Amino acid sequence: MIIKRSTLLRNTLRTAAICALGVSTLVNAQTLHRGIGGEPGTLDPNHVSGNWEDFVVGDLFMGLVTQDMNGNSIPGMAKDWTINDDGTVYTFNLRTDTGWSDGKPVTAQDFVFGIQRILNPATAAKYAYVLYPILNAEAINKGEQKDLSQLGVKALDTHTLQITLKAHTPYFLDQLTHYTAYPLPQHVVEKHGNRWVKAGNMVSNGAYQLTEWLPQTHIKARKNPNFFDTDNVAIDNVTYYPTEDRAAALKRFRAGELDMNYEFPVDQFSWLKKNMAAETRVSPQLGTYYYPLNMRNPKLQDVRVRKALSMAINREIITEKVLKTGEIPAYSFVPPGLGNYKAQTLSFKGLPYGTAIKQAQALMEQAGYSKDNPLALQLRYNTHDAHKKIAVAVAAMWKKIYVKTELTNAEVAVHYNELKVSNFEVARAGWLADYPDAQNFLSLLEPTPNNYGGYNNAQFNQLMNKAAVTLDPVTRAGYMQQAERIAMDEFATIPIYYYVNLNLVSDKVKGWQPNLMDSHRTRWMSLAD
Amino acid sequence: MRMAPGGPFDGERKLPPEIEANLLAAYNMDQPLYLQYFDYLAGLLVGDFGPSFKYKDFTVTELIWSGFPISFELGMWAMLIGIIFGIGFGCYAALRQNTPGDYLVMSTAMAGIAIPNFVMAPILTLVFGVMLGWLPAGGWNDGAWQNKVLPILALALPQVAYIARMTRGSMIEVMGAQFIRTARAKGISERKVVTRHALKSALLPVISYLGPATAGVITGSVVIEQIFGIPGIGRYFVQAALNRDYTLVMGTVVFYGGLIILFNLLVDLIYGWLDPQIRYE
Repeated sequence: MIIKRSTLLRNTLRTAAICALGVSTLVNAQTLHRGIGGEPGTLDPNHVSGNWEDFVVGDLFMGLVTQDMNGNSIPGMAKDWTINDDGTVYTFNLRTDTGWSDGKPVTAQDFVFGIQRILNPATAAKYAYVLYPILNAEAINKGEQKDLSQLGVKALDTHTLQITLKAHTPYFLDQLTHYTAYPLPQHVVEKHGNRWVKAGNMVSNGAYQLTEWLPQTHIKARKNPNFFDTDNVAIDNVTYYPTEDRAAALKRFRAGELDMNYEFPVDQFSWLKKNMAAETRVSPQLGTYYYPLNMRNPKLQDVRVRKALSMAINREIITEKVLKTGEIPAYSFVPPGLGNYKAQTLSFKGLPYGTAIKQAQALMEQAGYSKDNPLALQLRYNTHDAHKKIAVAVAAMWKKIYVKTELTNAEVAVHYNELKVSNFEVARAGWLADYPDAQNFLSLLEPTPNNYGGYNNAQFNQLMNKAAVTLDPVTRAGYMQQAERIAMDEFATIPIYYYVNLNLVSDKVKGWQPNLMDSHRTRWMSLAD
Repeated sequence: MRMAPGGPFDGERKLPPEIEANLLAAYNMDQPLYLQYFDYLAGLLVGDFGPSFKYKDFTVTELIWSGFPISFELGMWAMLIGIIFGIGFGCYAALRQNTPGDYLVMSTAMAGIAIPNFVMAPILTLVFGVMLGWLPAGGWNDGAWQNKVLPILALALPQVAYIARMTRGSMIEVMGAQFIRTARAKGISERKVVTRHALKSALLPVISYLGPATAGVITGSVVIEQIFGIPGIGRYFVQAALNRDYTLVMGTVVFYGGLIILFNLLVDLIYGWLDPQIRYE
């Protein structure tokens, strides 16, 4: 079976044409002032780990596959590609009309170099594991395989790249949009070593190139003239601001100093809705806020207790009265909105809260708890205003079902350390998708490092393993739906709400589209006068 | 620092153990603590504070040297304003003790001390940046003077208040001293009594406050820097500790310690100049 992704290409051309129309009306150099919500720790695609860094790095670099303004995967540095019959060998034909910002062509070897570098244990890249589906990637990263040439990424010629996977991975093309799979300019990295990321040294292949980085102040970038689509890129210069203080960023936005900002102070949401409704953008995101339950704890091994705890949480109150920023109550672990996947909801969804509480009380009584003999539970959260408010609300709701909750908080580094060593009973956690696929969420309930609660169900694991090797997307989604069904029926974890994207976007900014992945590449935008 | 739970690589996501091992090895953190410590000391001798764990593209030295000149400039202006207006208001109030003028200055000063920076700074940006639009609401803009006015003002206000209170207190005390009566008895004009005799002694406690205060103000303020978006070094003191950025914490602490020593030395020298009794002979 050979799959040609020509429809994707057509989409690109269409969006490019739309952008071109926008451009023709503009003459003067355009500068976009963009608040990114935090100071990047690094601009080296091999070390990036946060979305505030991705806003910059994703403008500077481009992988084989990239995202359009709606967050959909479209061809990037690859013109097109073929996939072999068992879905393990991808052959990419690279563009020949695009180059690094210093004029050198982008070659297949640059991809081989970039992917070898991130997997090299000496690089110590945090996110290297995203590429583990590639043949021998895991062994190389663990130091078991010293010979980098054994990696399943090969340059067949200057503009043909072949990637061999260890097994069929349905979400692999989406993963290629991620910064872990960006090419790196081998000639520059070898010349400057780790200092290649400094402005003046850095060379990039995306729509923009880095011109200046003043820590804690701004990062400046200008158009890369060698980028294949550069004629259709409307914004000439971008200045990114590390707007850590959301309230201060809002003031700068109101004063016209920022054209857009990632997030806004949530406590001012009602004011914003009243006074700046058009510029306050709230849209669903691919992420779940949940409470993992520690399955190693005897108290929580009782499914009746887990069910009661989940049922007693009034999610609507939490989103509408506690958070008040447009979050969506969650009744499934995988958020809705994924292409061919139907999220599996908790059995009590739709039950009036009064009834739910009565049933939850009955369950707790069956499990041997009562007003005089309450269940003592510890609820951990990382220090943050919203987490605290939610925890307090949940503790009040649990009180009705004979639970005495002890709230414990710690700063974020400590919190996740405790989760890691499983030193908790119930805790706060959140997950934002790395790539738009249900597997990214469900893997948190498989025996993986991020499975804080230690949920372990043989049938669930079996279904996930089957899904991992299934080529047909519909059958695969079916297996994953069955797996989520099991986890939901066992109340393996307590989903509370789905995250939303919060953005401030000025009316002047055109070409900004809300999307699940919150992907907003500057290349698609323009500024109206 | 190392005893604080959590580490520089703990985050929202748990890393696979092999990746964590790679990271620890890359930062020499897989060695015993005493070896890491000696390595660090050896680096310090040649002015190398090591790489930052959080801001990977910069060394600690680079971060301090990119931020310090900015914090230094703002802090120095703020201290200058603090000294001039603080001493001025303090003297004014002391010489008119228990008059409406005194009460006005002192109650304003009390308010200046009581209102914390994180309240004052947003008020300033809201009034001058958003409502009146006279000055930028934030940002550094490569050091344009317009961008410096509000942060300097926000930094200077509490200093004006502190110094004014301190000057008033010690001025009142000095004005009642024997040598002032003697000076007056000799028929020296009141102006000269105040400027030549009283002020010099009254300033001693103010000067001893100025040493550590200057070191504190010129190393920036995390609140002011975040609210105005200024690239100083104040934020590193707080953020580095929260991020468990061991090298950056050590770097800023060593640097701050050095400044405190330097300013206390300056204070001692100024003492000698102001008060002959303190001089070493």
